[in-house]
Amino acid sequence: MPTYPHKTNGFKAPLPWLAAVVVLAALVALPVLVVAGNLLVPSGGIWGHLAATVLGSYIGNSIILMVCVGAGVALGGVGTAWLVTMCRFPFSRWLEWALLLPMAMPAYVVAYTYTGLLDYAGPVQGALRAVMGWTSARDYWFPEIRSLGGAVTVMVMVLYPYVYILARAAFLEQSVCVLEASRTLGRGPWRAFSQVALPLARPAVMAGIALALMETLNDFGTVHYFAVDTFTTGIYRTWLGMGQPAVAAQLGAVLMIFVAALIALERWSRGGAKSHHTTSRYRRLPRIPLPGWRGGLALAFSLLPVLLGFVIPAGMLTWWTFQVGLSASFGGDFTRLAGNSLLLALVAGLAAVAVAVVLAYAQRLHPRPLIRLAVRVASLGYAVPGSVIAVGIMVPLVALDRSIARTVEGWTGASPGLLLTGTIFALVYAYLVRFLAVSANTVEASLGKVTPSLEAAARTLGCGTVSALRRVHLPIIKGSLLSAVLLVFVDVMKELPATLIMRPFNFDTLATRTFTLASDERLADAGAPALAIVLVGLVPVLLLSRAIAKSRPGEPS
Amino acid sequence: MRLFSRLALTVAACMAAGTVSAAEVNVYSARKDHLIKPVLDAFTQASGITVNLLSANETQLLERLKSEGKDSPADLFITTDVAHLHAARVAGILAPVQSAVLAKNIPAQYHDPQGYWYGLSARARVIFYAMDRVKPTDLSTYEDLATAKWKGRICVRSSSSTYNQSLLGGLIAVMGPEKAEAWAKGITDNMARKPQGGDRDQIAAVAAGQCDVAIANTYYFGGMQTSDKADEKAAAAKVGLFFPNQADRGAHMNVAGAGLTISAKNKAEAVKLLEFMSGEVAQKLFAEANNEFPVLPSAKMSPTVAAWGPFKGEKINVAMLGENASQAVRIFDRVGWR
Repeated sequence: MPTYPHKTNGFKAPLPWLAAVVVLAALVALPVLVVAGNLLVPSGGIWGHLAATVLGSYIGNSIILMVCVGAGVALGGVGTAWLVTMCRFPFSRWLEWALLLPMAMPAYVVAYTYTGLLDYAGPVQGALRAVMGWTSARDYWFPEIRSLGGAVTVMVMVLYPYVYILARAAFLEQSVCVLEASRTLGRGPWRAFSQVALPLARPAVMAGIALALMETLNDFGTVHYFAVDTFTTGIYRTWLGMGQPAVAAQLGAVLMIFVAALIALERWSRGGAKSHHTTSRYRRLPRIPLPGWRGGLALAFSLLPVLLGFVIPAGMLTWWTFQVGLSASFGGDFTRLAGNSLLLALVAGLAAVAVAVVLAYAQRLHPRPLIRLAVRVASLGYAVPGSVIAVGIMVPLVALDRSIARTVEGWTGASPGLLLTGTIFALVYAYLVRFLAVSANTVEASLGKVTPSLEAAARTLGCGTVSALRRVHLPIIKGSLLSAVLLVFVDVMKELPATLIMRPFNFDTLATRTFTLASDERLADAGAPALAIVLVGLVPVLLLSRAIAKSRPGEPS
Repeated sequence: MRLFSRLALTVAACMAAGTVSAAEVNVYSARKDHLIKPVLDAFTQASGITVNLLSANETQLLERLKSEGKDSPADLFITTDVAHLHAARVAGILAPVQSAVLAKNIPAQYHDPQGYWYGLSARARVIFYAMDRVKPTDLSTYEDLATAKWKGRICVRSSSSTYNQSLLGGLIAVMGPEKAEAWAKGITDNMARKPQGGDRDQIAAVAAGQCDVAIANTYYFGGMQTSDKADEKAAAAKVGLFFPNQADRGAHMNVAGAGLTISAKNKAEAVKLLEFMSGEVAQKLFAEANNEFPVLPSAKMSPTVAAWGPFKGEKINVAMLGENASQAVRIFDRVGWR
C-alpha cells in the first residue's frame, strides 16, 4: 500500500475548525474527566480490602470475558461480512440485512429470554422431564445458562454486528481493482482476502471490535443476571453496598484507563501504516459463487448468529407477549413510550454523527497530538459503566445549571431552579457522552481511507474546507455515516442507566419500562416493551441496511 | 451556539410554565411504578395535588439528589429498603419531619428516631422449605441454617442484594460482627449452588429440588402464590414458609419508606403525601398490591398474607440495618458469598 503523509499537503486549515474541535471535545470529555478526577479522592482502605478479597475474580472474569467475546465477534463479524459481501450462496442477499437483526436486541433482554427458555421451569427442560420421566432437578444434569459461558455466548450473539456492519461497509468501499490486481499477481481468493482485503479493512474491523469490547466491559445487566462477577458488577457493589461512590468511580476510572491502553495498543501495532484507496474505479462486486457443500457451510455459518441472536429470543418475547395478552401488552401508554424512544434515538443519532464528523475532519486538518488526545478522551465515555458516567454527566451539568440559576437570581431575585437537569436536552447530552465513541470510531475509520490526494485536488480547484468536506468527503463516506447513525440510534433505544436517572418527571421510554418490569422479576410482562424495542429498532436497521448496500460507489441505486 | 441558546430559552419557558401551575409535589421513587402509582393516584384524587414521578434505581436517585443538593426539584424520596434511607440521611439530603399523624400511624421501630425518614410498608426475610423433604420441626433459627446439617442444601441470592445486606446488618446488631461473620461463613459453606437470580428464583429452586431451604422476602412468595402463571403457582404450592427465631428475638424485618428532601419547595404537599401513605387507604393498597405487611397496626393484611398466620417480628429499630450495611458487604466479601 502506498502511504501518504497525513498532512493537508501545504493547505492552511482555518482556525474555526480548531476552535470547534476543542469546544466539542471538551464538552463531551468533561464527564469522563469528572470520573477520572475521583482517582484523587482518598479511598479509606477500601482498595486494600478489595484486593484481599474479590478484586482478583473481578479482573479474571473481565479478562476471560473480553478475550472470548473479542475472538467471537471478530470471527463472526468478519466471517459473515466477507461471505455475504463477496460470495454467492443460497439466501446470501437475504442474510445481508438479516445479520443486522441481533443489533436491535439489548443484551440483557437476550439474557432474560435464554434464562426463561433454558432454566428449570422453561420449556426445554420441561420437555426433557416429560419425555424422560424425570421429576426433579436431582434426576439429571443440564448445563447452567447462568454462567460465564452463557454470558460470553449472549454477548457474542448481540455484539458481533458491530464488527459485521463496519467490516461490510469497509469491504463495500473497497475497489475491486485492488482485489483483482492481487489475484492477477497470483493470489488465491483466500490470500486476496487475508493479505489485501483484510488489511485494508483493518481499521474498520478494529473499530468494531473495540466497540464490542467496550460494550462488554460496561455491561452490567447481562453479567449481573448471569451471576458473573466482573469489574463492572464490582463497581456497582462497591458503590451501592459499601456506600463508596468515590471508590466505585475509581474502579470505573481504572476500567477507562485499561480501555484507553487497549486502543492505544491497537493504534501502535498498526504503526505508521495507513491504508488508502488509490483508485476510484468502482464497479459491481463480482461475487464468488459457492456451490454445493461449500455454499451450505457458508449458509450455516451465517445463519447461526441470526438464529441465536435474533430468531430464538424474539420468538420467546413474542410468546411471552401472547401469554400476557396483546391488549394488555400494547394498550395504555405504549405509543407514547415508543414515540419517546424513537425521538430520543433519532436526535441523539444525528447529533452524535454531526459531532463525530466535525471532530474527525478537524483532526484530519490539524493532525496534532493534543487534538488527537482530546478526541480520544471524549470517546472514553463508552467504556465506562452507564451509571458511573451518568453521575459524571450530572456533576458538570448541575454546576452549569447552578451558575445559570444564580445569574438569573441576581437579575430577577427569584431562582428559576435547575433548567437543564432533568430535561430532554440533558438526555441528549448524556447520549452524546456515552455514544460518541460509536460514531467517532466509525466516521474516523472511514474518513481515514479517503485519500488525501482527492482532498488536495478539491482544494486546488478552489474548494474551502467546508465545501471540500461537503462535496468530496461526505459523499464518499455516506455509507459509513449512515452506519454511524444506525449504531447510535440502536444504542440509544437500548440505553438504560443514563436514561433512567436523567429523564424528566413522568417520562418513560421502552427501555425504562422493560427494566422496571424485568427487575421486579416479571419477565413475561417485560416481553412486550422489550419486543417493541426490537421492532422499533428494526425499522432503521432495515432502512439503513438498504442505504448502506446502495451507498457503494458504482452500485445501481 | 444560537441553537443552544434557543434550546435553553425554550426549556426555560417550559419550566416557567410549569411553576405557575396548581399545587404539586415532585417525587423521586425507587419503588416499581405499578406498586407506587395506584397510591399516588389515590392521593391526587383525595387531595387535588398533582404528583410528578421519576422512578429509577435508588442508588442513582441518591447520586442525583446528592449532586442537585439544595436546587433539586425533588420534594420526596421513596426507596424500597431502609439501607438507602439511612444512606440518604447520612448524605445530608433529607430533612426531618415532625408530624402527629406519622407518629401515631407508624410504630417507632419503623421510622428514624429524629424523623428523617418513615417506613411505609414492612416485609420479613424468612426461611422457605421443600414440604416433601423438610419437616418444619427441623427448622428453628437463622443461626441453625449455618450449622453442618444444612450442608449443600441452602439457596440464597447474591450478597449484592440490599436485602441480604440488611439481613446481615441486623445480625451484626444483635450478635456482634464476629459471630455474624461466622454465620455468613456457615451459610456460604452450606450453599447448594452459587448465588444467582432473585428471591423468586430461590423459592422456585426449592420447588425444583435444587435445594431444600431458601432465604427470601415474604412478598415474593405471596406474589408466586397469587401468580397468574401456572408454573409459579405450582412451585409455591410445594414450598412452605417458616418464620424463624420465634422463641427468641423474632423474624428479620425491613421496610420500604420515604423521606422529605432538604430541597423540598412543596414541603406542605410532601408531608401531606407522607401522611397519606401512612393512612388507611394507602396502607391497604400497599398490602394488597404487593403482599407486604402494613405498618399501620389497624390496616388489614391481604388474605394471602393473613393465611401465613401471626408471627413475631424483630423489634430492633430498622435504622440499625442501614448503619451496618457497608460492614455487612465487607464480611460477605471476606467469606466469599458472592
